[in-house]
Parts: sequence; structure tokens; C-alpha cells
Amino acid sequence: MQTKRTIFPNKGLPWLLIGPQLIVTAIFFLWPSAQAIWTSFRREDPFGLNTTFVGLANYTRLFDSGEWVAAAGRTAVFAVSVTALSMISALVLALAANRVLRGSRFYTTLLVWPYAVAPVVAGVLWWFLFNPTIGLLPYMLSGFGISWNHRVNGGQAMTLIVIAAAWKHVSYNFLFFLAALQSVPKSLIEAAAIDGAGPFQRMRDIVLPLISPTTFFLLIVNINYAMFDTFAIIDATTSGGPAGATNILVYKVYADGFLGLNLGSSSAQSVVLMLIVVALTFVQFRYVERKVQY
Amino acid sequence: MTRHLIGALLATAALSGPALAQTEVQWWHAMGGELGAKLEQIAASFNETQADYKIVPVYKGSYPETLTAAIAAFRAKEQPAIVQVFEVGTGTMMAAKGAVYPVYKLMADQGKSFDTSEYLGPVVGYYSDPEGNVLSLPFNSSTPIMYYNKDVFAKAGLDPEIAPKTWAEVEAFSQKIVDSGAAKCGFTSGWISWVQLENLSAIHDAAYGTRENGFAGLDTEFTFNGDVQVKHWDNLKKWADAGLFQYGGPVGGNDAPPKFYTQECAIYMNSSASRAGVINNAKDFQVGFAPLPYYDDMIAEPKNSIIGGATLWVLNGRKDAEYKGVAAFFDYLSSAEVQADWHQATGYLPITNATYDLGMTQGYYAANPGSDVAIQQITRGTPSVNSKGLRFGNLTQVRDVIDSEFEALLGGQKTAKAALDSAVTRGNAILRDFEAANK
Repeated sequence: MQTKRTIFPNKGLPWLLIGPQLIVTAIFFLWPSAQAIWTSFRREDPFGLNTTFVGLANYTRLFDSGEWVAAAGRTAVFAVSVTALSMISALVLALAANRVLRGSRFYTTLLVWPYAVAPVVAGVLWWFLFNPTIGLLPYMLSGFGISWNHRVNGGQAMTLIVIAAAWKHVSYNFLFFLAALQSVPKSLIEAAAIDGAGPFQRMRDIVLPLISPTTFFLLIVNINYAMFDTFAIIDATTSGGPAGATNILVYKVYADGFLGLNLGSSSAQSVVLMLIVVALTFVQFRYVERKVQY
Repeated sequence: MTRHLIGALLATAALSGPALAQTEVQWWHAMGGELGAKLEQIAASFNETQADYKIVPVYKGSYPETLTAAIAAFRAKEQPAIVQVFEVGTGTMMAAKGAVYPVYKLMADQGKSFDTSEYLGPVVGYYSDPEGNVLSLPFNSSTPIMYYNKDVFAKAGLDPEIAPKTWAEVEAFSQKIVDSGAAKCGFTSGWISWVQLENLSAIHDAAYGTRENGFAGLDTEFTFNGDVQVKHWDNLKKWADAGLFQYGGPVGGNDAPPKFYTQECAIYMNSSASRAGVINNAKDFQVGFAPLPYYDDMIAEPKNSIIGGATLWVLNGRKDAEYKGVAAFFDYLSSAEVQADWHQATGYLPITNATYDLGMTQGYYAANPGSDVAIQQITRGTPSVNSKGLRFGNLTQVRDVIDSEFEALLGGQKTAKAALDSAVTRGNAILRDFEAANK
């Protein structure tokens, strides 16, 4: 690829142009991060009236307690399930919408709808649907002899938040997949068909490789979404329960910091989360991207 | 159109002019539903009695949410003058000396009388510092009681006028109710931590923690994994599996009230302040009121139950004019008439003797059978060290731990003993944190 290089007549202009971005980054990322790191070495009472420096105590306690490790495991299960579920169903829907000739815009609009729903509202909707006492689905499931109570059953609670979080993100994935599918040249597919490739083979050997940049991009976005952006849904449906079964890392930061008022530990957890993001992004770009054909 | 708009704006500005001369006092509270409506009404009637101050009640969500919102606001220097804090937040608030303006001091500074001897012993004792000073204004105190569906009792062949007294009877009655098909479940409960552990311990005179349940110092440890608690949680698990008991969810147990209102569960244990909601929602059936059950093989004479509910705390860092308003408002709130109105409308305890006497002379208790169950239960016998209340820092978090261990018990991951042992261990770690942070 060619690199474009613009030569500026003086040194002030480029600084002026990137200035706003730098300021935004400094205020909304660098400063809070620095504060989180600083707080993670301290112990504070809730009102912030007296603080003591405790060194790495907040971190060592984190890794010594089985709770945090368990939450990390749960987060992995959750992120993988949400990513798989939302990407596969979005791809299937995009393939279907791509084949529709008449009214495809109508279907597209309908499919994009969930993305416009605020996460908390989505959470409340699912909360109502699955509420063990007043919900519609538990009532219907009991007809099949399934007793649904995610207040007690951790597996069911996890299923619930995976469905809710995946549902919310299907639209986003759908849009990208649809655009990618539409940019696959028809001539290639027709040529393959003439050469005798069946629908499955055309899909495997032509379509999937051609949309792989989109798939790769969505993979990163979805894992990040599941790990960091599902807070509102969890808060509105299960609040991390029962017995911590849906208490994933990002929710734990909130629960320990804002409900538990243990700011030191909460900050230590956010710092660890930050490191996880950095590592994850690095691994993804370093190793996964090599296998993707642009 | 634009001209009309400007006209309207000017008119609004002119109208709101005089209102600006009033001192506004923010009051953050956690009362939703029927309770919230009544609270707003009390604030409005205070605002009508005088023109200098305007109390502005702001609903901030559940009790834990209100407390954390107030703390966050304090850190951001945006705190309200008055915040309603539930009883488990008491330890946290008392330790926050720089943040709190103690009520006894506020009233003295503003020249208002504040006679704490007028208040019920169990209430005022809960909120006093070791020197006997009352740090926050008792406002809504409650204690858990038992509600039951008389119609379902009759349908199951039970005498609707006889409530179960002991847990053995609760089990037998529930079994009969479920077997006869009168209801799907025997009983449910709000606030597992408060009702089925804290009050259970107090009623059976079992220590919840060392150092007089935390009253004697911060170096306290939990002891709620004793015989009676393990036995009870064992039973709850057994009853849940048999379909006699249904879990209503963590913290306050939001799913419990609908289970009772829809007649799915025949018995419901929750705060006496659920009375307003129960009466409002129990349109199709008769409700009975009774004290909480106890194990007659563990204790012959059950002790008093302990309080819940909340008090009003005053936060530092507001203007002096606002504190004048706070004092005037607290004076108004403490009057027997306002207290009696609040108590009778909501089911909260009559917290002063004058309130109870006023209710007696009005004939309220005679006209509303069951409305004095709570006050009888909390004042019965002589309070022991184990039944005078709890004073632990970070108790909100400990309750979360208890909820999650209870869920692990119901989910079959742990036995009652293991769940309570683990709750004690995790709870003690939280207490040590609090001790270290408040040395």
C-alpha cells in the first residue's frame, strides 16, 4: 500500500489539527486512567475523608481471592458465547436478506431496530420476559416441564444475559455483514457456479474469504462489546446474581466500587481490565490478522 | 409564535421570582410507591405551613442506591442537606465524622428542642453514639412481620383467624395449603438478610457478631453461623425444594410482593411498612397480620425483633440558611400529628410515645386490627445484648454477600452450614477493611 504524506508549510498547523483529539484523549482517557492507577495503590473510606497508601495490597488480594479469578473465567465464557451467537445469527440473517429481491430495505430496517433500543431498556424488556414470577417465558416454559428461575439457577441466568447481550448486537453485525456480502462480485460467484461449485462450496471458498476482513473487524468489536459494553444489560436483568453467576469483570468493577464503595480494589480491577484490553488487541492484530486476506 | 413563547417565558420568570427568595433544602430519599406519595405529601404540607424554606424531596432509588448516590455526591461536593439512610448504613455514616452534621448538635445550634427520651428505646438506641447522643433523626422505622391470606387459609381447611406461631406450624400450614391446592406456595419473604438472618438471630437471642453485635467497637466479628441460623437455612432449602417456600430475589426481594398479591404464596414476611402496599394490592382477599414465627424448641420466650427502615442524616458543607430550614423541618416531622399520620398511612412504627398515645386516643388500633403487631413485637420482653440491634460498618456489602451465599444454598452448590460459614468469612474480611479504613 502507498503511504500518503502531506507536507505542511509550518509546524503549528499540524499541532492545531490534532490538538482537539489530543485534548479529548487527555481529558477522557489519560487523566482518568492515571487517577485509577493512583487510587489502586490506596485504601480510602467511602466519603474520601482519609486515605492510606497500601502499595500493591489491592492487587495481591485480587489474585488471592478466588472470586476475581472466577469472574475472569465467567467473562471468558460470556464473551465467547455472545460473540459466537450474535455473529452467527447476524451472518445467517444477512445471507437471507441478501437473497431477498423485493422489500429488502423493509427487512433491513426491522433487523436494525434492536440496535436503537437503549441497553437499559433492552435489559428491562428481557427482565420482564424472563421474570420467574410475572414473566411470559417462564410461564410458557413451565408448560414444557422446564422450571425457569434465573434468580436461583446460575446457568439460566448466564443464558439469559448471553441472549440479551447477543440480541442487542445482532443488528450491528448484520449491517456490516450485509454490506460485505453486497460487495462480493457477482461475477465471481457466477463463474464458480459455472465451474460446478455448489452453494456450500461457493460459500466456503469464495464468500467467506472475501468477507473475512469484515469478520475479523466484527470479531474484535464483538469481544470488546461483550466484555465492556454489556454493563447496562446485566445491571437491569440479573445484577450479577445469583451467587455471582453473572458477575463478569466489568460488572464487578462497578459492584465493588459503586455499591461496595471499595474504591481501591475497584480501581485495581479497572487497571487489570485495561491491561487485558491492551493484551487482547495486541494478540488479535499480531496473530489473527495475518491469516486474513484483504 | 415566538412572541407568545417569549411572553410565556417572561410570565414564568415573573411568577418564579418570589419563590427564589425561599431557601431550598434538598432531601434525598428512597421511598417509592405508596410510601413515596405519602412522603411527598408531608414535604408539601410543611412547605405550606411556612414561607421561608422549601423542602425538595428527590427520589434516588433503593436504599443502597440512595446511600451510594449521597456518598458520590459528597465526594463531588454536590451533597444534599438531608439524606435518608437505611439502618444498615448507620455504621458507615457514624464512622464518617467529617461528613455528618449530627442531629443533636444541629438542633442545639438552631435552638430547637429535641427530646430523645420521647422516642422508643429500641429505635433511639440503634442510632446513638457511645455517649448517648442521637446522630440522625429517626423517621421511618419498621420491623418485619408476617402477612397471610385468610381466604387461602380457609380454602385449605385452616382457621383463617389463627396464624402460624412457630416455624413448625409454618411448615405444617404450608404443606396443607400446597397439598390442598389452595395456593401454589406456602410462604415467601422479602429481605432474606434482614428477616431470615438478622431478625431470626435477634428473636432467638443468638449473637450476630461479637462485641455486642458491633456496638462495643470496630474489632467485631460475625457469628451468625450458629445452630439456630444453620437449622433455619437448612429448613429454608428443604422447604424451597418441596415447593413450600419461594425465594423473592436478592436485597429487598422484589419478586416477593407480587407472589403474595397474586395469591401464589399464602404467607409473606416483610417489613411492617409493606402494610400500605399490601392493603392496596390485596383487593380480592382478606389479609391477616401476625408476629414472625420462631422455633419453640430453640427458645421458649422469643425476644423482640429488631428495627429496619431509615433515619434522616444531615450532611456537612451546605449553607447555614439551609440548616435553619432543616431544623425547622425536623421539628415539624417530630410532632405527634405528623408522625401518627405517617405511621398510620404506611405501617411504619410509631417511633415516639406521643405518637402511639395519639393513635390510641384516636381509636386507630382498635379500628385496624393487626396494625399494632409490629409495635407489640418490637417492644416485647427485655432486649438482650443480641436483640438490641446491629452496628457493623459496610453492612450493605455484607448483606450482598449473604444474598449470594443464600442463592448458592438454594442452587444446591452449598449446604446451609457451608454457605453461612463462607458468609461469615467473607463478611469478616469486609469488617476488617472497614476497621482499617476508619482507624
